[in-house]
Amino acid sequence: MGDWSGYLTLIFQGAWTTIQLTLMGSALALVMAFLAGLGRLSRHAVLRWLATVYIEFFRGTSIFVQLFWIYFVLPMTGLWAPTPMQAGVLALGLNVGAYGAEVVRGAILAVPRDQTEACIAVNLTRFQRMRHVILPQALPLMLPTFGNNAIELLKATAVVSLISLADMTFQAQIVRSQTGNTLLPFITILVLYFAMSSAISFGMRRLERRVTRGLDGVR
Amino acid sequence: MEWDWEFAWSILPQLLDGFRITILATVLGAIVAAVLGLVFAILRRSPSRLVSRGTGFVVEFIRGTPLLVQLYFIFYVLPDLGIRLPALTAGVIGMGLHYATYTAEVYRGGIEAVSRGQWEAAKATNLTTRQAWIHVILPQAVPPMIPAMANYLLAMFKETPLLSAITVLELMNQARSVANSSYRYVEPMTMVGVMFLIVSVISVVGLRWLERRYGGVGK
Repeated sequence: MGDWSGYLTLIFQGAWTTIQLTLMGSALALVMAFLAGLGRLSRHAVLRWLATVYIEFFRGTSIFVQLFWIYFVLPMTGLWAPTPMQAGVLALGLNVGAYGAEVVRGAILAVPRDQTEACIAVNLTRFQRMRHVILPQALPLMLPTFGNNAIELLKATAVVSLISLADMTFQAQIVRSQTGNTLLPFITILVLYFAMSSAISFGMRRLERRVTRGLDGVR
Repeated sequence: MEWDWEFAWSILPQLLDGFRITILATVLGAIVAAVLGLVFAILRRSPSRLVSRGTGFVVEFIRGTPLLVQLYFIFYVLPDLGIRLPALTAGVIGMGLHYATYTAEVYRGGIEAVSRGQWEAAKATNLTTRQAWIHVILPQAVPPMIPAMANYLLAMFKETPLLSAITVLELMNQARSVANSSYRYVEPMTMVGVMFLIVSVISVVGLRWLERRYGGVGK
């Protein structure tokens, strides 16, 4: 274990990739969660049906299979050959987005019906109703589960090491094969992953407090 | 690239071989998770603060780090410490340990959902602690846990492809070895996806039934 600082740099580079994957994957997941969650509540049967197929498909197969399918099978169809990073973000975002969609749907349905009736009574459009009345009340209900989903996404990023994207897990494997030392690289990345997931849950709690501020009297 | 039915048919037996291991790993992992989860739940309720806090931290740590890295840890680090495990055993322990941290929460929720009055009534009728657990608390605590447990069983089934990373010859690994030797990715990867989808669609129907039959623990 001569050049430990060199190996540590390698792992930190991987950590940066892991962070990027988590951020971009979460952004895509958030968009997909709202699209599919609202889609399931749509008036149009086609949209409802599309959203249901998307959700069931991505929840029904594992992220690992989805990632391999996007990375190895998609290029063979001649449509598009994603880079490992693109494949990783796509698989993570679509997978976690499908779980998030159910959270969005559940939270919107949990807003009491009389809110909707009140909106109709004061003649708000459907968009105004969602934007100004339903979503502001549904959002605080979604946040805790979104936090958990973000942590699941962070944990799932380790899978991309298997399509040779140089994330933290991949770099730890490199250090292991170059030095023969197993304990240090794996302990290091376990601690780093734990620090990241703690940071996410800390951040989510802060955010939750901000969003629920002013709702105290209501609930 | 065209879909080749003949090729798909010819690799089916090999994939089904892997599927058997996938099921085996899921069932064994579930048993480990169910038992260890109960241990975690009980240790967390321990009157000694050191034990309950310590268990709490271990559970948080395991939940906050990726299963893949934990599998690597068990598979690569333990042999250096003199514990040599076959790949499947290492995988079952890793998955069981990871999911035990989730089932522990289910146990906790289920036990806490039994109202205090039941404990008091058991004490008032002079039941021993053992009798109270067996005849009063558990019969009320267990049924609501069943849907949540089944949910994690399904989640665990979907994580089994990770075992291919530590050389267990389960479904995904068989598919990869077919793909690598024939240079055809479309059929094996798609078939793996379809197999997972079939099992989870059937399981989701079963889950709905369990939920109707037993009701859920809060969330």
